[in-house]
Amino acid sequence: MTSSGSKRPGFSRRARFGLFAGYVTAVTGALIGLGLVLVAAVDPQGFAALRGGMADLTAPVSSAGRGAVQSGGKIDNRIANWWNAGAQNARLRAELDIARQQLIEAQATDLENRRLRQMVRLIEGETEIVASARLVNSSATSARRYATIFAGRAQGVRPGQPVRAADGLVGRIIDTGRNASRVLLLSDRANIVPVKLTRDGTPAFTSGRGDGRVDVRSLEAGRNPFRRGDVLITSGTGGIYPPNIPVAVIIRVFGDSALAAPLAHPGALDFAVVQPAFEPPPEETGATGDIDAMPPPTTDMP
Amino acid sequence: MSRLHAADENIAALRARLSLIPSASVVAGSLIIHLVPIVAQAPAFPPLGLMIFLGWRLLRPQIWPVWAGLPFGLFDDLLSGNPIGSGMALWTALLIVLEFADNRLMWRDYWLNWLVATAALTFYIIADMVFSVWTGGGWLVMPILPQIAMTVLLVPLILRLCARLDRWRLSL
Repeated sequence: MTSSGSKRPGFSRRARFGLFAGYVTAVTGALIGLGLVLVAAVDPQGFAALRGGMADLTAPVSSAGRGAVQSGGKIDNRIANWWNAGAQNARLRAELDIARQQLIEAQATDLENRRLRQMVRLIEGETEIVASARLVNSSATSARRYATIFAGRAQGVRPGQPVRAADGLVGRIIDTGRNASRVLLLSDRANIVPVKLTRDGTPAFTSGRGDGRVDVRSLEAGRNPFRRGDVLITSGTGGIYPPNIPVAVIIRVFGDSALAAPLAHPGALDFAVVQPAFEPPPEETGATGDIDAMPPPTTDMP
Repeated sequence: MSRLHAADENIAALRARLSLIPSASVVAGSLIIHLVPIVAQAPAFPPLGLMIFLGWRLLRPQIWPVWAGLPFGLFDDLLSGNPIGSGMALWTALLIVLEFADNRLMWRDYWLNWLVATAALTFYIIADMVFSVWTGGGWLVMPILPQIAMTVLLVPLILRLCARLDRWRLSL
């Protein structure tokens, strides 16, 4: 087929002017779009109200389909299981061997953890709950990792509050609508969480990788304190995230950092819990500073 | 006479409604892909709205006015997690580039359409990632590769879909 080319207006003055005006509109609009992106670059929370409002509109629709998708996912798994039965069997045996060893290690870790807790006399009180709601959809086409939770200002949800599930930390609220809010997931590149190792309390921080896992870096220079299977919990440093929420388990150790898998899987969650933002005791704040002051990951993508 | 006139008016109303099919399909594409009730841990889905938008453009080069990317892009931005304005700028930029490319290319066939769509969608996904870096995100290379691959493989299906919708639109 020969190319038909673009719109050729011929000799009509009116048609030519119309075409020209179209281009002017398009270029102006595109520049306005770029301007909006620049505004967002200077002030990332600038459009929070708009985004919150959109969350309000989309959450009910997605919520209606959420139950169906969860059962659909299970059917998918069953087909995949049937297909992969042989390979899966071999892999599970290998995993079982590792798991037995790790179970013993975990028991030791648990014991040690309990002892440490007694030492610092941490009392685990009732966890305060702002709201308990479903995660209904997410930014599935975007490079950012946002999810929508079906609870908003009307339920007392405010930006900056941590979101967790029974398994572990999910993320934190970033924009709120009236009845729905957006959650910055743990695996977003911008989500930096101060954590510590359950084994020896070594302070570290995780930053998302954008693919469902997180990078872990130690705050201590010179040595790599991480081992495979280590569990990370929030340290409460700098506020926002309350201490002692399970975050991730280390699956691979690199030179000076480690790769960890979050313990909570937002995709499989029935409900997530929004908690009030944690405020560290005043004597602690001066020493630890804000989360934003924490150094960003320096190396580029692996 | 009046009955004939009424029939004409009916047909005109029907035509007007059918002429909304391309726009409605783009909006539906944006809605479907962003309202899917799945909490994805990686950029898992193709940008369906833009794919349908480009599908129509490749099938019928004169279907969109050159500013059409502004409203559709803005709508997509509001639903996706991308910074607001990025879709307006990128969809329009793609449309203008396609406009110029059309004047350069002598021949157009299926494979060339696929190639053009591949280039456009790859550019869009990477540019969106860069925009999200500017607005507080981080560089992301490995996770977007599967998304690009999936998007490119879906292009023929979207072209088919647009062709089917077009046939329906014109045959009624």
